[in-house]
Amino acid sequence: MEKTSLSHHISRQFNEELEDIRNKVLAMGGLVEEQIENAITALVNGDTELAETVISRDYQVNALEVAIDEESIQILARRQPAAGDLRLIVAVIKTITDLERIGDQAERIGRMAIHLAEMERPKNQYSELEHLGVQVRKMLHNALDAFARMDTEAAVAVAQEDIKVDAEYDAIMRQMITFMMEDPRNVKRTLDIMWSARALERMGDHACNISEYIIYLVKGKDVRHTSLAHMEKEARD
Amino acid sequence: MSSSTTPTHAIDMDNISRGAATSQLEDETPCLEVKNLNLFYGEKQALHGVDMIIPKKRVTAYIGPSGCGKSTLLRCINRMNDLVDSVRIEGEILLDGQDIYHKSVNVADLRRRVGMVFQKPNPFPKTIYENVAYGLRLQGIKDRRRIDEVVEKALKGAALWDEVKDRLHESALGLSGGQQQRVVIARAIAIEPEVLLLDEPASALDPISTLKIEELIYELKDKYTIVIVTHNMQQAARVSDYTAFMYMGNLIEFGDTKTLFTNPREKQTEDYITGRYG
Repeated sequence: MEKTSLSHHISRQFNEELEDIRNKVLAMGGLVEEQIENAITALVNGDTELAETVISRDYQVNALEVAIDEESIQILARRQPAAGDLRLIVAVIKTITDLERIGDQAERIGRMAIHLAEMERPKNQYSELEHLGVQVRKMLHNALDAFARMDTEAAVAVAQEDIKVDAEYDAIMRQMITFMMEDPRNVKRTLDIMWSARALERMGDHACNISEYIIYLVKGKDVRHTSLAHMEKEARD
Repeated sequence: MSSSTTPTHAIDMDNISRGAATSQLEDETPCLEVKNLNLFYGEKQALHGVDMIIPKKRVTAYIGPSGCGKSTLLRCINRMNDLVDSVRIEGEILLDGQDIYHKSVNVADLRRRVGMVFQKPNPFPKTIYENVAYGLRLQGIKDRRRIDEVVEKALKGAALWDEVKDRLHESALGLSGGQQQRVVIARAIAIEPEVLLLDEPASALDPISTLKIEELIYELKDKYTIVIVTHNMQQAARVSDYTAFMYMGNLIEFGDTKTLFTNPREKQTEDYITGRYG
């Protein structure tokens, strides 16, 4: 946007490298989003086959992480990027770590989906997980969108959304504890639901981290481990 | 690990906390103050109202495209531009509070206080020893032992002693480019200046010699205020505490090097250091 325009580099090759790495991050993000969606669908529908697909596709996410890391290292070594370019590379290296972790969580949900498919389905058809899953996926989608557009306001909105996700996660936890107390025969299934909810909540945190890197990328301000109010302020300055 | 074990390395959190390492220009002691400096080569204005404070015992780097005025500004600091006929200078440069362009200033004396090293190593066609002793002899110092001491100290200061101590009386021109440049630096520091001006000191040297010069700059800043002009931005990033970006005779941005290379304030600076200039 304002500060870090990728075009107009004297070295066109460098321009292309930066553009390429950015596109790869967005592609990796797209893949991870798809993994989340499929994992949730598999869980909600008891679709074991789809769950297997999610698990087996995680290697693609991992491979992208390694490839983008390698490209970033090459750029650091060969181009010695400065200012906005440097911040882009640093943000990329950090972002893909979080994306890879989100991928791992999706894989975990895939495994839970296989477990749960063997058990009796609850009356609500896992609607609480489905709802949380949609929210988290939207968070990641918006974070990637903010990354693509270098939009700090949108990044802040992602962090704000995480408050809701955390609240929803807490509600699910309370509900599950109640179920387990009501009837100990529910424990096995309920635990799997809890692990899945936990995985989704962690994804939200990773999306939040990505939104922090976007503020670093665009504004050069490190807002990790600060308050949301501080993040909002830095995003607007 | 049990919580009762005491950590062997206590971590000093004060030094780790956010932004603690950032040096602040305001907290520095000024060595040189450039005040509203305008410089004209005949009709053409080469410097436009430059204002800046160069802090004491720090390395300040000037970066900018060719012809931006960074060398011109550096040359003003020891009045090298006096040698150019058509030059007219307005404004002042204060060295420890005194205007170096004041009528009462003895230029030779000023240049003793402000040493300079150029892009191309320019040792005199004399022995290594005589090169370094040159300034002392000009000052009329004849005490052989005193000169020996100073030459050794200067060569050690320039990180050259170990390489040349057995050949002090051989010609300096027989040394490699990097060694010659360090002889020149030894010659400059032998007379114990306060300020050392380096005009592209490593641009004619190979990478290893360049690193040696950079290492030397790092060591010298304990004693001297160093001002360096360099085309090599990574070099400025490596060696300097503060960096000034100049463009078309204007000082665009001046600040601590850490910030300038990661998050510059001005768009023009960003464009230049990321290679988007032009």
